[in-house]
Amino acid sequence: MNKTADDAPVTEAEGPQLLSWDSLPRRIVTVYVPLVCFLIILLFPFYWMGVTTFKPNSELLNYKDNNPFWITNPTLANINKLLFETDYPRWLVTTMGVAIGSTILSLVSSVLAAYAIQRLRFRGSDYVGLAIYAAYLVPPSILFIPLAQVVFQFGLFDTPFALILTYPTFLVPFCTWLLIGYFKSIPYELEECALIDGASRLQILRRITLPLAVPGLISAGIFAFTLSWNEFIYALAFISSTENKTVPVAILTELVQGDIYHWGSLMAGALLGSLPVAIFYMFFVEYYVSSLTGAVKE
Amino acid sequence: MDATTWVAKRTKPNWLARLFDYKPFLIAVCLAPALGLLLVFLTYPLGLGIYLAFTDTEIGGNGSWVGLENFIALAEDPIFINSVWNTMFYTIVATLGKFVLGLWLALLLNQHIPFKSVLRAIILLPYIVPTVLSAIAFWWIYDPQFSIISYVLVDQLHIMDHYIDFLGTPWAARWSLIVANIWRGIPFVAITLLAGLQTISPSLYEAALLDGASPWQQFRHITSPLLMPILAIVMTFSVLFTFTDFQLVYAITRGGPLNATHLMATLAFQRGIPGAQLGEGAAIAVAMIPFLIFATLFSYYALGRRKWQQGSSDE
Repeated sequence: MNKTADDAPVTEAEGPQLLSWDSLPRRIVTVYVPLVCFLIILLFPFYWMGVTTFKPNSELLNYKDNNPFWITNPTLANINKLLFETDYPRWLVTTMGVAIGSTILSLVSSVLAAYAIQRLRFRGSDYVGLAIYAAYLVPPSILFIPLAQVVFQFGLFDTPFALILTYPTFLVPFCTWLLIGYFKSIPYELEECALIDGASRLQILRRITLPLAVPGLISAGIFAFTLSWNEFIYALAFISSTENKTVPVAILTELVQGDIYHWGSLMAGALLGSLPVAIFYMFFVEYYVSSLTGAVKE
Repeated sequence: MDATTWVAKRTKPNWLARLFDYKPFLIAVCLAPALGLLLVFLTYPLGLGIYLAFTDTEIGGNGSWVGLENFIALAEDPIFINSVWNTMFYTIVATLGKFVLGLWLALLLNQHIPFKSVLRAIILLPYIVPTVLSAIAFWWIYDPQFSIISYVLVDQLHIMDHYIDFLGTPWAARWSLIVANIWRGIPFVAITLLAGLQTISPSLYEAALLDGASPWQQFRHITSPLLMPILAIVMTFSVLFTFTDFQLVYAITRGGPLNATHLMATLAFQRGIPGAQLGEGAAIAVAMIPFLIFATLFSYYALGRRKWQQGSSDE
C-alpha cells in the first residue's frame, strides 16, 4: 500500500484534472473515443443532408461507381429547382413571418405576466405562476383537434394568424417561467428606490426592470423563435393551401409526391429550412444553453 | 413657493398615470394578454376536446352527444390498441436510450476537455434543427434501396448480404423510429444533465478520492444522488414529449407499414383531420390525458420537494 502513497504527490503536481486512475491512454479510450463517436453519430444526418443536396442525380442513385460519402461533381441543380420551380421562397417568408409574429406576441405577454407575478406580487400570484407553468405541460398533440375547431370558428383557418395566435400556447408558459427567474435575480431595492423617487410602476418596468432583464429577454426570444420555426402539428392541421404553408409542413406535403422521392431537392429543402435557425442559434449559443438549462434547473 | 408647486405636481399626475399606478388595475392589465391567450387557445380547447370526445362531430358539422360510444369503439379497434402499445413501447425504450446515452455524454463533457463550449454548441444542433427536417434526413438514411447504413454494412464491411428494409416491416420500422427519437433526444438530456453535474462541488470528488473511492463508487454515491432531482425533472419532460410525439412518426412512416407504427398522436391526427372524424380523433387524444396527468403529478412532487415553484422561497 506504499505505492498509493507514492502516487499521490505526482497526481497532485499534475493538477486536479489528472486523477490517479486517469492516465492519458486511458483517457483516450474512456473519454475521447466515445466523444468522437457521439459527435459522428449526432452530426452525420446533417452531413448526409448537405452531401445529398449538392449531388447530381446520377451520383445520388449510383453507389457502385461513386463513393457515396463524397461528391465528385457538385451541382446546384437541386437548390435551383427548389428556389425557382417551387413556392419555397414563399414558404420561407411565411415561416419567418409566423415565427417573428408569435415570438413578439409571446414576449410581450410573458414580460407583463412575469412582471405582475414576480414584482407586483398579489394574493394568489404563486398559483397564477403555477397555472401558467402547468399550461406548458399540455402538449400540442392533445390540443390540435379542438383547436382546429376553435380556429375554424374564429374564421382563422388557413391564415397565418391561426398559427401566430396558437403558438403562444406553448411559448407563453415557457417564456413567462424563464422571465420570472430573471426578474427574481434583479434586486428589488432598485425598484423601491425608484418608487421613493416618484416613478410610476410602468416607468419602473420600462426604465429599470426591462433593461436589467435584457439577457432573459434575448433567451426567451430566441427560444420562442426556434420553437415556432420548428412547430409542425398546428401548421399541418390549420393550414391547407399551398402558399400559406410553413417550411416543415410544405417540404413534407408538397415536395413529396407519388412514389418517387426527389431526395436531392428534399434534402436541399431540409438544409435550407434548417439553416436560418442554425445560424440564429450560432449567434446566441450561450443564451440558448442558459435558458435551456435554467428552465429545468431553477 | 417652488417647493409647493413641485409637491403639487407630484401628487397630481394625470388620471391615466394614476390608473396605471393602481395596483389591482395594473395587475389585471399585465396578466390579461397571457391569460387571455392561454384561456382562449389552451383551456377552452382542452375542455372542448373532452366534450368532442363524447360526440360524433365531423369537420364542418355539429355532432351530437353519443356518450361513451367513441371510447367503446376504440376499445375494440385493433389499430387503436396497437397504437397504445406502440406509444408505451416507444416512450419506454426511447426514454431509456436517451437517458443512458445522454448521461454518458454529459459525464464525458463534464471532464476536462479542450473546446468544451464549442462541443456543447455542436452537440445541441440536433435539438435546434426542426424535427421534421431531420426526420426527412432519417427517412433518406432509411431508404430501402439507397440507405447509407445498408451500403456500409453490405458493400463496405460485408457483414450482411442484403439491404435492410428499415421501414418495410413493423419491427424494423419501430426500431428505426426509436433510433431517430433517441438521436434527437440525446442533446437535450446531455446538456441539461451537464448543467446538473456542474452544480456538484468538486470538493466532494476530491474527498472521495482521498478516501480511495473508485470511479464507479464516486458515480454511485456522489453523482447519482446529487443529480437525481434534476434528472427527475428532465425525465418528466422527456417522457411527456416522447409520449405525445407526432412529428418523427408522421414524417418518417406516417404510421405505416399497415398502421403498425402509429402512435396515439398520429392516429388521432389521421382519424381527426384527414379522416374528418373530429369526435373520434378527440377521443384518442383524450385517452392520452390520464398518462399525462400521471407524468405531471410526478413532476409536481419532484419540483415541490425542491421548492422549485416561484415565490415559495420568499415565504
